[in-house]
Amino acid sequence: MNIGQAIIEAIESLNANKMRSGLTILGIVIGVAAVIAMLAIGSGAQNTITGSISGLGSNLLFVFRGGNDNVRNPQPLTRGDAEAIADPFQAPSVALVAPYISSNLSVTFGGESISSSINGVTPEYLEVRNYSLLEGDFISEENILGRSSVAVIGVEVADKLYGRRDGLIGETLRIEGQPFRVIGVLTPRGGGAFGSEDNIVNIPFSTAQSRLIQRSNDRVDFILVQAVNTDLVNQASEEISQILRARHRTDLGADDFQIFSQQDFVATAQSITSVLTIFLGGIAAISLLVGGIGIMNIMLVSVTERTREIGLRKAIGARKRDILIQFLTESSLLSMFGGILGIGLGWSIAYIVGLIASANNTELIPVVGLDAILLATIFSTAVGLFFGIYPANRAANLQPVEALRHE
Amino acid sequence: MNDWVIETRNLKKFYKMGEIEVRALDGVDLNIERGSIVSIMGPSGSGKSTLMNLLGCLDRPTEGDYILDGVQVSQMNDDQLAAARNHLVGFVFQSFNLLSRQTALANVELPLRYGGITNGRKQKAIEALTAVGLGDRVTHRPTELSGGQQQRVAIARALINDPAIIMADEPTGNLDSKSGKEIMDLILSLNKTRKTTIIIVTHDQNIARQTQRIINLSDGKVVGEEVPE
Ligand SMILES: Nc1ncnc2c1ncn2[C@@H]1O[C@H](COP(=O)(O)OP(=O)(O)OP(=O)(O)O)[C@@H](O)[C@H]1O
Ligand SMILES: [Mg+2]
Repeated sequence: MNIGQAIIEAIESLNANKMRSGLTILGIVIGVAAVIAMLAIGSGAQNTITGSISGLGSNLLFVFRGGNDNVRNPQPLTRGDAEAIADPFQAPSVALVAPYISSNLSVTFGGESISSSINGVTPEYLEVRNYSLLEGDFISEENILGRSSVAVIGVEVADKLYGRRDGLIGETLRIEGQPFRVIGVLTPRGGGAFGSEDNIVNIPFSTAQSRLIQRSNDRVDFILVQAVNTDLVNQASEEISQILRARHRTDLGADDFQIFSQQDFVATAQSITSVLTIFLGGIAAISLLVGGIGIMNIMLVSVTERTREIGLRKAIGARKRDILIQFLTESSLLSMFGGILGIGLGWSIAYIVGLIASANNTELIPVVGLDAILLATIFSTAVGLFFGIYPANRAANLQPVEALRHE
Repeated sequence: MNDWVIETRNLKKFYKMGEIEVRALDGVDLNIERGSIVSIMGPSGSGKSTLMNLLGCLDRPTEGDYILDGVQVSQMNDDQLAAARNHLVGFVFQSFNLLSRQTALANVELPLRYGGITNGRKQKAIEALTAVGLGDRVTHRPTELSGGQQQRVAIARALINDPAIIMADEPTGNLDSKSGKEIMDLILSLNKTRKTTIIIVTHDQNIARQTQRIINLSDGKVVGEEVPE
């Protein structure tokens, strides 16, 4: 018996039990679809996150407090640290420094009330974050010095509070009840790795610190540093470390701060999303396994039902291997059909998830890679083969006389 | 010198049923001449089917020698047994044993497939079906055929590889007397025209009398032979 013949016969016999074959295939379809969709969504999410991190700019450094647990007396990052880093003599590779504090507070106008991210920032923040303005101006040095009650708002805030995006200069909004005058509206950014970047209100750092976001000792949440150019990122990082070690007196021990470059973030995000993808894919693979057990079950039933047929085939000259091939072909075909349909279904699911995400302003383009397709096909066929081996062996090892006597 | 197609020496088949040993065949010595037609008779449980299964290479004896067409069967491995069933033996069962989803043609072709023959299968199968008088039923499935016709398909299947011997275990047992007689006539004519050796197990004296030699079995032993006139 050649393989072509075996396949035709297998299709005929699967066809004779359409309902049963269909349900068995369904088990594999769901498993494969889950694997494909999870992998696609996972790698789509990875692309989105790394993409939005890359969008930050390759010459950016983030300075956070914290680090090793061994530090005896960890010091917070302060406004003073930021000013020291900004010193062109101590840190010649640093171009701009932007300290940052932030908190989620309620913003109201008229009857509308929303919760937004209130950021205390300095004028440098505009350039460091590559922001641009739809209208008006960003926070100026005078605003900082005067602790002015002025705000530069994101479009989501504009939409929700005013229902428009222009002609807002001079309007007043209240943050935690305190009045602020709108002096600018930011160009929309869309969703990103750090949540919506449009639901924000930027106010002068000094104002935030003194009136809204109380932090002891001039503390900042983090400091954004822009290096002179991409090549000087590492050198800038080194200079910042020197300055902070001196100021925090941790020259000898471990650092009480951490500096991340864009690449560090990308690497971290990638490893997190990879773990996530593997985790999701693993869970999906379990359902594929369950589908495989379904195949085994149905093949065992089929062997029992067709014991007489197997006996007859042996009586007219079928060898063990012929029977083995016959049943393995059937189980592999089941899983292969399931695999192909599952790839299609998984692809559709991933696509729909992508549509839902973009409808919610989150850019997520699921990626169905060739590797995922290959993996799913090979894996599902292997499942069919593996779970088919036991029933097929059982059939092949039947003694012809006993099989023929079977009712 | 006789030309034996089958020789058995002290052939035994025991079944262990717990403590009890069932001696289904208890030392059978049998020679069957090539080209002859032989019937085996005996009461129910006397070991007729057991003997047929051994002679048809469907089972292995517990003890004894069996030489089929000059080859020691007792020493064959599984694949060689399968090949012997395919080439040397054609089986006709009481209950037809056709594949119900396949056409008559496909059923008859099946031994050729397992025999690894790739060319002219269809042609040969049609010839075999024509030889049993079913040339106009090749695309019918077993459910679309009468019992007698189904047994004809089974005979065509047994014939297709030109076996040295055809074993028929109560081939007319499931048929009414009219189609039973037709099947017997067909089997007898195969023996005449093709010179195929045929062994028939039967309970029917009338059928047995049409053969050249009747072997009587009782309690797993050959207890007598007669030659009908
Ligand atoms: N697989 C088996 N296990 C145990 N005993 C068996 C088995 N097959 C047959 N026997 C026993 O062997 C003996 C011979 O059985 P066999 O089927 O050969 O009889 P038979 O002559 O064909 O009978 P019948 O005319 O009813 O078909 C019986 O006693 C039967 O019970
Ligand atoms: Mg019997």
